[in-house]
Amino acid sequence: MRDPRWLPWARWIVLGFLAVFTLTPLYVMATSAIKPLRDVQGDFQWFPSTVTLSPFFDMWRTVPLARYFANSLVVASVAAVASVTVAIFAAYAISRFRFPGRRVFSVVVLSTQMFPGILFLLPLFLIFVTLGNTIGIELFASRTGLIITYLTFSLPFSIWMLVGYFDSIPVALDEAAQVDGNGPIGALIRVVIPAAMPGIVAVTVYAFMTAWGEVLFASVLTDDATRTLAVGLQGYATQNDVYWNQVMAASLVVSVPVVAGFLLLQRFLVQGLTAGAVK
Amino acid sequence: MVTSTTPRDGAGRGWPVRAAGLIPVRLRRIGLPYLLILPAIVLELLIHLVPMLIGIWMSFLRLTQFFIANWSAAPSAGLANYRVALDVNTAVGGSLLRSFLLTVVFTALAVGLSWLLGAAAAVLMQGSFRGRGLLRALFLVPYALPVYAGVITWSFLLQRDTGLVNHLLVDQFGLVDERPFWLIGDNSFVSLLVVYVWRIWPFAFLVLMAGLQNVPEDLHEAAAIDGAGWWRRLGSITMPLLRPINQVLVLVLFLWTFNDFNTPYVLFGKSAPEQADLISIHIYQSSFVTWNFGSGSAMSVLLLLFLLAVTAVYLVATSRRRDHA
Repeated sequence: MRDPRWLPWARWIVLGFLAVFTLTPLYVMATSAIKPLRDVQGDFQWFPSTVTLSPFFDMWRTVPLARYFANSLVVASVAAVASVTVAIFAAYAISRFRFPGRRVFSVVVLSTQMFPGILFLLPLFLIFVTLGNTIGIELFASRTGLIITYLTFSLPFSIWMLVGYFDSIPVALDEAAQVDGNGPIGALIRVVIPAAMPGIVAVTVYAFMTAWGEVLFASVLTDDATRTLAVGLQGYATQNDVYWNQVMAASLVVSVPVVAGFLLLQRFLVQGLTAGAVK
Repeated sequence: MVTSTTPRDGAGRGWPVRAAGLIPVRLRRIGLPYLLILPAIVLELLIHLVPMLIGIWMSFLRLTQFFIANWSAAPSAGLANYRVALDVNTAVGGSLLRSFLLTVVFTALAVGLSWLLGAAAAVLMQGSFRGRGLLRALFLVPYALPVYAGVITWSFLLQRDTGLVNHLLVDQFGLVDERPFWLIGDNSFVSLLVVYVWRIWPFAFLVLMAGLQNVPEDLHEAAAIDGAGWWRRLGSITMPLLRPINQVLVLVLFLWTFNDFNTPYVLFGKSAPEQADLISIHIYQSSFVTWNFGSGSAMSVLLLLFLLAVTAVYLVATSRRRDHA
């Protein structure tokens, strides 16, 4: 099979354009983070006049970045682990049992993804505030409230993807484990979970990313003490003087862990994503 | 007391080996899947369905700032919130309609562009060439980046006096004399579109790339032997085989884009310019500026109804076309 003669040219032009488009902001983020303040206050400069690491130290003082960081870390980690745990059980039920309501459950859970966030933001805000005022369960402006909320955001896709992984594990393996004296739950823990581990890790990373990057609910359901990075990072912009080099340094620091995790595990994420879509 | 009970016949009498042994096996088998999905159901009910129902109820209340503290006592408003939201002659209804139409245009452009870029990149990345793996990883970075980190970087690029965009346009290429504003005024729509597409096209790329792996190579070779050119093979083999993936992908892109709040919120701060006033941020602002949650809920319900209708029509239309093919 011969490719047309123009194909290599088209490839380099289109992919080249996309590479420049993608890379430019990333380049600016990375290089501005090591610029001295004077470089980001006047005309834009492609290269730092001198390389300095001071933005990476100063950024913690301009806004309480460490507190935001800790909040985001706690909220996103707990939400991710809890979400995947809940998703594992649900996905196992859907993958291995035929029960009335199975389809309805899948459809309803997935369709919550299409609801506009703003529709349940207003009631959720009121519910959280009311629960705090009446029965003393402080969910508003608490990490717990945010954790429960984020947990449900990643749940639908997590279940969907895990069903894909679980379906790819032969049922014969479960049955062998059950013959060995395990119940269905024993088979899940001893056979299915270990076999689906790469997928489970990938889904955990996905759930972590979802919580780490969420802005809308964080902007309403947190206060000064519980603010996450998603909202906290905008604090730099409200200063009289925006220290863009610090903003870029902070953006870089909050991005590196999730980008690295995503790139390492994207193969498994794609697998799960399309396994669900093809069916 | 029978001491030689084995687990097999021991359910219910003798020493139950496990507590679960007390429940008859049949019931356990039927109940187990429900038990497994119970946590997921409870959480979905708690955070999605119950608030949604309360939201619908709120949309029929006169839930203004005076009643926020004691919202269950808010008087009924009947359909007043809806009437105001849908009456284009009122300030509220008029600006809602503006924001809605803006969002429709934005979504059409953003989904179209993202799909096009994603499909072009995915098709052209077929085969092996030097740097393919690196390029693939690079393309995925904007999608993996936390929204706010990527968008804040863009807001730096788009600054009037210190940004890269104006530096390129004015200082280096001299295309415009006067430094344009990118984050306020007419240009803000274009800025929002570019930033959003930058962030979301990698998702289309990722999904289409995975879909292309399922297109068998020998089908292409057979067609090539029969004399089908590159475009012909793209149109007659690749695209039809991608149809199920595209059906889901376009729907997901549409829903995400129409509901997008993050990009304008981070790019413009709390008050988006009216040229970039997407519906989610519009409802958010009108709810939290005036604290009129009743009106905000009515707008959200209208938004949901619109999305449901579009999704239903879309699914029916695309599924029927698939049957005919």
